[in-house]
Amino acid sequence: MIEHHLPALLVVVPLVAAVVTALIRHGIAAYVTTLVASWTLPVMALMLLGQVLDGGEVSYALGDWAPPVGIEYRVDGANAPLLVLVAAMAALVATYAPRSVASEIDIGRRGWFYTMFLLCVAGLLGIAITADAFNAFVFLEISSLATYVLIALGRDRRALLAAYQYLILGTIGATLYVVGVGLIFVMTGSLNMGDVAARLAGIENTRPIFAALAFITVGISLKLALFPLHVWLPNAYAFAPSMATAFLASTATKVAVYLLLRFLFSLFGTDFVFVQHPITPILLALSLAAMFAASFVAVFQEDIKRMLAYSSVAQIGYITLGVALATQTGLTGAMVHVLNHALIKGALFLAVGCIVYRTGVFRIDQLAGIGRTMPVTMAAFVIAGLGLIGVPGTVGFVSKWYLVAAALEQGWWWLALAIVASSLIAVVYVGRIVEIAWFREPSSRVRAGKRLPIEMIAVTWVMAGATIYFGLDAEFTAGLAGRAADTLLAGLAGPG
Amino acid sequence: MTDAQLVTLAVFLPALATVPISLAASRPNLREAISLATAATTAVVVLSLVPGVIAGARPETARFSIFAGIELGFAVEPLGMLFASVASVLWVVNTIYSIGYMRGNGEPRQTSFYVCFAVAISSAIGIAFSANLFTLFLFYEILTLSTYPLVAHRGDEEARSGGRVYILLLLGTSMVLLLPAIIATSVLAGTLDFTQGGILAGTASPVIIALLLAAYMFGIGKAALMPLHFWLPAAMVAPTPVSALLHAVAVVKAGVFTVVKVIVYVFGLDTLTGIGANEWLIYVASASLLLSSLIALTRDNLKARLAYSTVSQLAYVTLGAAVATTTSVVGSSLHIAMHAAGKITLFFCAGAIYVAHHKTEVSQLDGIGRKMPVTMAAFLVGSLSIIGMPPFGGMWSKWLLGLGALDAGQAFVVAVLMLSSLLSVGYLLPIVARGFFRPPPGETMEEVKVKEAPTACLIALMITATLCVVLFFLAGDMQLLLEGMFAPPAQL
Repeated sequence: MIEHHLPALLVVVPLVAAVVTALIRHGIAAYVTTLVASWTLPVMALMLLGQVLDGGEVSYALGDWAPPVGIEYRVDGANAPLLVLVAAMAALVATYAPRSVASEIDIGRRGWFYTMFLLCVAGLLGIAITADAFNAFVFLEISSLATYVLIALGRDRRALLAAYQYLILGTIGATLYVVGVGLIFVMTGSLNMGDVAARLAGIENTRPIFAALAFITVGISLKLALFPLHVWLPNAYAFAPSMATAFLASTATKVAVYLLLRFLFSLFGTDFVFVQHPITPILLALSLAAMFAASFVAVFQEDIKRMLAYSSVAQIGYITLGVALATQTGLTGAMVHVLNHALIKGALFLAVGCIVYRTGVFRIDQLAGIGRTMPVTMAAFVIAGLGLIGVPGTVGFVSKWYLVAAALEQGWWWLALAIVASSLIAVVYVGRIVEIAWFREPSSRVRAGKRLPIEMIAVTWVMAGATIYFGLDAEFTAGLAGRAADTLLAGLAGPG
Repeated sequence: MTDAQLVTLAVFLPALATVPISLAASRPNLREAISLATAATTAVVVLSLVPGVIAGARPETARFSIFAGIELGFAVEPLGMLFASVASVLWVVNTIYSIGYMRGNGEPRQTSFYVCFAVAISSAIGIAFSANLFTLFLFYEILTLSTYPLVAHRGDEEARSGGRVYILLLLGTSMVLLLPAIIATSVLAGTLDFTQGGILAGTASPVIIALLLAAYMFGIGKAALMPLHFWLPAAMVAPTPVSALLHAVAVVKAGVFTVVKVIVYVFGLDTLTGIGANEWLIYVASASLLLSSLIALTRDNLKARLAYSTVSQLAYVTLGAAVATTTSVVGSSLHIAMHAAGKITLFFCAGAIYVAHHKTEVSQLDGIGRKMPVTMAAFLVGSLSIIGMPPFGGMWSKWLLGLGALDAGQAFVVAVLMLSSLLSVGYLLPIVARGFFRPPPGETMEEVKVKEAPTACLIALMITATLCVVLFFLAGDMQLLLEGMFAPPAQL
């Protein structure tokens, strides 16, 4: 019985837990609720993944209203891995959180912080699981509103400005998205993704549909921080509380990528988007711009969180580059990098959270010698940094392999070279931290400091360890990504 | 233990030793004892594989699948056997030397030094025994990463900038050229396994093959083919044992080893010579060989001069591989071992001079032979081996290289080899002459007192100098081993 309702529970549990924490508000009780709720999520997500791997798709009619009229939740090869990712990240950062949050957020606001975190989790899981275009908008807004608050709870007053900036841009993005969905509804009379895909078949080449494609693509691109629509991201990541940054960096943009893929491949169809319209060159140019420009900017950042944020913009470029190729290998590369980059960036931001907890330092030049005073944390940072560079034996290498192979399959040598050349810039910005952390004498700021809680270091290492583990045993992740690519390329069947 | 288990043990033993080495950080004697014991054990394990490989055995480990047909696995063949033996044997000697040098100099952070060193040796052996290009690439990158802290060890601005050049050039070339070349090989040939006769025959047009060869040759930055050689002089800011083992043996030899391995087992000699894709490499390698010898003549800093000498000697190996006859390839493989013994001796001497007298420039070495007779005698032996005189090992590899070039009808290569031997006389022997025949500044010959480096250093450099002579007599066996590269595998 419960198994049947898993798709709904995956969203309802964090939603209910959010309400509970909002009612108790007491810091510790709210935290315990959050922790328990978060740990149920990966269990449910893994069970769903198991069902998908066993028997294909899982379709769930919300409230027993049959789709396409009712809202359908659908779990297939494309979103099951993403659900696991979001759920597992939620559980891990929730474990990491208590003392990190306590050190960064006033006691009166901690309850609210956990409420917003749970709402954000619910929203992201909702976007990933729903097969209803408007329902996706609702969850997009839930997760976005929660995110604005999470950011605004950050370390200093600049966090307010960052949240406000994101609020404006995020709202514009969501508005563009909903306009696009409206156009689709006008033309097809349906909001169910599978139903829409079937009904679009004859009327693709009409102006409203073309407009819908444009609105939705640009709208979601704002949420996934596609260059040059990324301007909200660096400040948001830099000023949000450590734990929120780690969670958002490894999940929020990834879920937006998934939504874009759903629309481009499942709804509009590969042929319409990539063959009849010049999406490939546009997306390719923007991806390359992101990979080079954002990496280059990252090199010159003075705040370590901003540096990692710009690196995220660059890494999103790799993902969209794989999307732009629109081949099986390219999409596999994109999907595997969604998972891999989540692991890498999660580990990096969690390690930064440890540094901040102990020393309160954000500025890179003040990190001198920190490799000698916090060797365990910084070792995790370096391992994840190697993943960012794409050193073999780490997850980054797997992504890079698929992307380069996809470029070579098309005969695009220049693109293969561009991919590897841009990852060289990551050597510079990661190397800069390594050099400062180990080959400078420790300053007084990094010598003193509180003892690091065991759960923070443990979760950071779980993530860092995962970047190595899934780099050496990539059959699982690459298999999931390949399956997701197949699902996306096959298109979406109507509601069954 | 089976041979396959021994192979795995040889690769991972040094890496595992990092744990006890780190734990013994506060007890230097124990720490060095562990290092030395691990080095000796590793060498014994590696050498125990040699007789079997000469007899035709090719031990292989199970393959571990990473993703999409990409596998991690080890397989021993003659060339890798030779490189692993060189790296593991010289590690033992180098550890003895390091103990004397690091203590004599009072270097900081010695534990991290020994840890990084062990990881580097692990990866060198991993490279030697890799069964496919992916495994090789994995350990190739680990070698770069684990040696970066050694280069930047001192931590001052000069060391940091040397480290930057080092990591950017080595990681950069491998990521921008070598990795795409490997992926292209995988796309073209459908496999990455090292196979006798190569895997690229008939998969692409001659132009693509030639381009791919260029991507490999310049992508393997560790081989220091000009114009991508300048990381090597920059890396000379490292402590001398690092320069000795890594920049005369493990790192650069990993580079030229990969060059030979790729030419023999990925391209295949017949494929290359059949379409003439190797022609350009002969000229580039010759130019690299002569130019770096000329630069070595102009360098006053002893380690810089030795570094440029290394660049030129590495070009010998690349040149032999480029000529692509069985004899020239055996010659260049042999040169990996011969040059290693000679050059490590020279670096040990340079380090000994620094520890005992803090001299770094050639022009400061007047009369040093009187103060350090043993060291400078060893320096003479190393020099003669590099130049290629009998009865030292370096002679045989040059001999085979020349023969191989004549086989291929490349008489011009022989001229290059002779000219470069002359040049090496020019940049090495004056150092010895200055050391023995000029009085130290401000002193007369009679009042000079002998002051040698710490005993551990002396022992190490005497061992390697002896090795130069021993290799002269072992060359026949080594040639027998290496010719197995082209023999059909024996049925055992």
